[in-house]
Amino acid sequence: MAFALSAEQEQKFNEILKRYPNKMAACIPVLHLCQEANENWVSDEVIEFVAKRLELSAAHVKGVVTFYTLFNQKKPGKHQVWVCHTLSCALRGADKIIDHCEKRLGCHVGETSKDGKVTLRTAECLAACGNAPMMQVNKTYYENLTIEQVDRILDQLLGEGGR
Amino acid sequence: MIKLTNYLSHSYNKPDGHLLAAYEQAGGYRGVRKALAMTREQVIDEAKKAHIRGRGGAGFDCGTKWSFMPKQSNKPHYLVINADEGEPGTFKDRSIMEKNPHALIEGCIIGAYAIGAHAAYIYVRDELHLSKERLWGAIHEARAKGYLGKRPFGKDYEVEVYVHTGAGAYICGEETALLNSLEGRRGEPRLKPPFPAQYGAFGCPSTVNNVETIAIMPTAFEMGGDAFSQLSALHSFNDGGSRLFGISGHVKKPGLYEACVGLTLRELIYDLGGGILGDRELLGVIPGGSSCPVHRPDEIVNVPNDPRFEPYNGKSFLDLPLGVDTFRTVGSMLGTCCAIVLSDAADPVLALHNLMRFYRHESCGQCTPCREGCGWIERILNKVVEGKATIEELDRISEIASDITGNTICAFGDGAAQPALAFVRRYRKHFEDYILNSGRSQTGNLAL
Repeated sequence: MAFALSAEQEQKFNEILKRYPNKMAACIPVLHLCQEANENWVSDEVIEFVAKRLELSAAHVKGVVTFYTLFNQKKPGKHQVWVCHTLSCALRGADKIIDHCEKRLGCHVGETSKDGKVTLRTAECLAACGNAPMMQVNKTYYENLTIEQVDRILDQLLGEGGR
Repeated sequence: MIKLTNYLSHSYNKPDGHLLAAYEQAGGYRGVRKALAMTREQVIDEAKKAHIRGRGGAGFDCGTKWSFMPKQSNKPHYLVINADEGEPGTFKDRSIMEKNPHALIEGCIIGAYAIGAHAAYIYVRDELHLSKERLWGAIHEARAKGYLGKRPFGKDYEVEVYVHTGAGAYICGEETALLNSLEGRRGEPRLKPPFPAQYGAFGCPSTVNNVETIAIMPTAFEMGGDAFSQLSALHSFNDGGSRLFGISGHVKKPGLYEACVGLTLRELIYDLGGGILGDRELLGVIPGGSSCPVHRPDEIVNVPNDPRFEPYNGKSFLDLPLGVDTFRTVGSMLGTCCAIVLSDAADPVLALHNLMRFYRHESCGQCTPCREGCGWIERILNKVVEGKATIEELDRISEIASDITGNTICAFGDGAAQPALAFVRRYRKHFEDYILNSGRSQTGNLAL
């Protein structure tokens, strides 16, 4: 089935367009909108849709999608977890957090837990160095992490009974 | 000398500090009223008097940058705020956007007026969801009050502010890459000239300013530019006012501190930062974001031909006031003024390995020296850490880094080469240890 936006999302689409002097500038915000409407990933249908609506070539849109790390070209798990592993966080024990997440989720960085609930990724600096180590879960930052806190967060994501 | 201030951080510990009512109660939206009573030229002059050096890393004087915008043109002008904070070690702009967004909005009105723009775009990296939410909240509040829109504060000068989002690319913090990204393209830096003041966003004259630079403007206007500049101990270096100092890594109290310019690294690490974790020794400090060179605590300041450096000559590098020109003159860089501290428990080889992975990952790939060079350095470091590298390969790191420097379109290449050159030069023994002991090192760890 071809990709389409709901009436509410269409309204957001129009609001985005109003902010810019031309349609191309809406490319990244519109891709975010569509990605959210498409289970958090950008499929070829989404690229076609955005290209058509913004009067761009599909090649241009695909070029944008592949440039930026936050556009998923594969469908991720229900929840996305990013653990920052750049220097300030690494000095504060980010590696231990990552190891622990891998063990708890039973998957490596870049993969999704078997039940499809959580995709684990590392991230380069997320601007929270003063409160390292930290991780981002979907749209929320968790800072000054301890292993116990990570467990509580993952428990919630994985649902009752753990993994 | 430590002179703590709270011009930006007064709202940081208040639960509703990000709302308009709290901001106005604390004296907000007064600076902009003064600015809008002036002519455009007077606003630029006042900003110049404040000597606000760009807080994003390059340290260019904000008022001077504004003065580069054409006085008359038949194209629209744009103010673009760089809120793509992602320099490792830097976490100051996020605090402003989350906890004091109205300071940025007020600054945007002043900045837009100064450069003849009617629209300001705040380019926020996508990960900062709370920042975007708070900024939109502040924009809606300001618009409802009439502070944004057709007639801000009764002045017939329309200003609109929009939040634009990136999608995860460090390079978009480079101003021309940011402009490309704002226009809906891949975030690849542009060749300069033409500079943004002639040909910026959408082909129109534009100014790109850092969040903190703009957010402190209202304070400077309320206080008067000259009075604001005088707060600084480096007023004679044309480096004025107060700013946010960040500290992270191996210190007891990492975090943000707002203080007058003139603070030293020693004060930042040992007084504000509470000293080194576990009372260990200081191994090194990166003064302002990872693109600055790392420094050892035993370095001595020696600038014989400049009388302004007389008080500091012969003293430790840690006792040199943190300023754009003070640091540039001694061959360092102030950057974003957010220091990363390494204790002697940290392995400098692993620290550089970590940073080079970052730069290899974030290089946009446009220029060959940077795209390939960052990858080469990372691969050599992989071998060093595994104990499979040779001394020749260690020397090659410095060669590659020197070849990147100055040979790329944007400053990312230099920013990636700086840490490589500095780490290898200042901690060569640690690197050689890895090579001579087949991968065994003294600490082998980054975390304590």
